[in-house]
Amino acid sequence: MLNVGKIENGIVLDHIHAGRGMSIYHHLQLNKLECPVAIIKNARSNIMGKKDILKIETDAESINLDVIPFIDPDVTVNIIRNGELVMKKRIQLPKEIRNVIRCNNPRCITTIEQGIQHIFYLADTRSNIYRCRYCDEKYTEQETDW
Amino acid sequence: MRHILTPLDFKTQELDALFDLAADIEANPQKYANACRGKKLATLFYEPSTRTRLSTETAMLNLGGSTMGFSDATSSSVSKGESVADTIRTVSCFADIAAIRHPKEGAAMVATQVSRIPIINCGDGGHQHPTQTLTDMFTIRSLMGRLNHMTIGLCGDLKFGRTVHSLIDAMSRYEGIRFVFISPKELRIPEYIFERLDEHDIQYDEFIKLEDVIGKLDILYMTRVQRERFFNEEDYVRLKDFYVLNKRIMRKAKNNMFVLHPLPRVNEISVEVDNDPRAAYFRQVQYGVYARMALILTLLGIHVNEDGTVTQTPVE
Ligand SMILES: [Zn+2]
Repeated sequence: MLNVGKIENGIVLDHIHAGRGMSIYHHLQLNKLECPVAIIKNARSNIMGKKDILKIETDAESINLDVIPFIDPDVTVNIIRNGELVMKKRIQLPKEIRNVIRCNNPRCITTIEQGIQHIFYLADTRSNIYRCRYCDEKYTEQETDW
Repeated sequence: MRHILTPLDFKTQELDALFDLAADIEANPQKYANACRGKKLATLFYEPSTRTRLSTETAMLNLGGSTMGFSDATSSSVSKGESVADTIRTVSCFADIAAIRHPKEGAAMVATQVSRIPIINCGDGGHQHPTQTLTDMFTIRSLMGRLNHMTIGLCGDLKFGRTVHSLIDAMSRYEGIRFVFISPKELRIPEYIFERLDEHDIQYDEFIKLEDVIGKLDILYMTRVQRERFFNEEDYVRLKDFYVLNKRIMRKAKNNMFVLHPLPRVNEISVEVDNDPRAAYFRQVQYGVYARMALILTLLGIHVNEDGTVTQTPVE
């Protein structure tokens, strides 16, 4: 198993479905951070077979993690302080997602209006469906070239 | 501040009050002739819709108010690329209430985010058109004397017809409503509406031929098949005259059934039906003016007392 050093202070996102690590990386805008970030792809997992892991060495409060369950509801968030695991949790699906994803409906006002908030609401908690606040269109993730 | 973006923005009790008001306006138009004196309505039509614009402006004029605005995007600052939000910020300084129509879905919601005056959504693309739904509901209530316990047939383009979808949503809230969907296979109701009806245990049936079911209906809501919804001309030509309501088919309908249509009609209702007392689509236009008058008063918080004096209270 590939070994990436333990972190002293920060966040470890574990049990990410293999292949979704990069998506979480981009939605959390980790590319904008100055701190060390490790992305481990296709790590072996007893439960999942393969999984992705993200390690972020930063103050845990500085990142808004709300969007994670929207991309992958099975992710566990581990908060590490002074080398110790201080909290392990799953994050609830947010009722609303602001300015993280964009509406794919070409007829939606958000595709042309400048300076608009991109808002999605949780329409169905059983199937995790989010809809655009403006046009009510269901959000579906598009293939993106990261 | 109160706006209307979808027909569901009003609870059924609020709709009852609004329709009571519309009925009082119909019975006593003089009482309301000066209710909006000094008030200005801005009609911001980013795409042309003469019928809706004239109906909304007539409503304001009948209340003694005045109107201003633009009737398509080319004749306004919009053509210079101004955002919806900036247009509304500006218009908020001129008018007391604004009616907006826009080809993009959600445009009216953008307007409500920055507006200092009530916003009426007069159609945002294929999304919502609440004043048409209020018109349809007030027409049904006026003709039938109630909004519950009836069978409503919807015929034509049920796939893309937003007026149909809004009417289903709005009427689903009343007890004892049964829907009959009459459409060619290609223009069936979208799946999510069936799911919603199933979830709320609302009864519905589906038919392809209008003759097979017209005898069971209390209301027949006809729609036209719109060319702009089709990707190829062939499909449009094949489906556009799929339904033609004529005297022969009307003979199979109940004597107390009513035919509604959001207009404009093309061939789906033969002109020979126009003189049938059950043809209510032109009365529907008149009912639309009363419904919009009641809506303007409600959003502005204007109450007309029995003696004709006016009180205005801020609307939460
Ligand atoms: Zn949208």
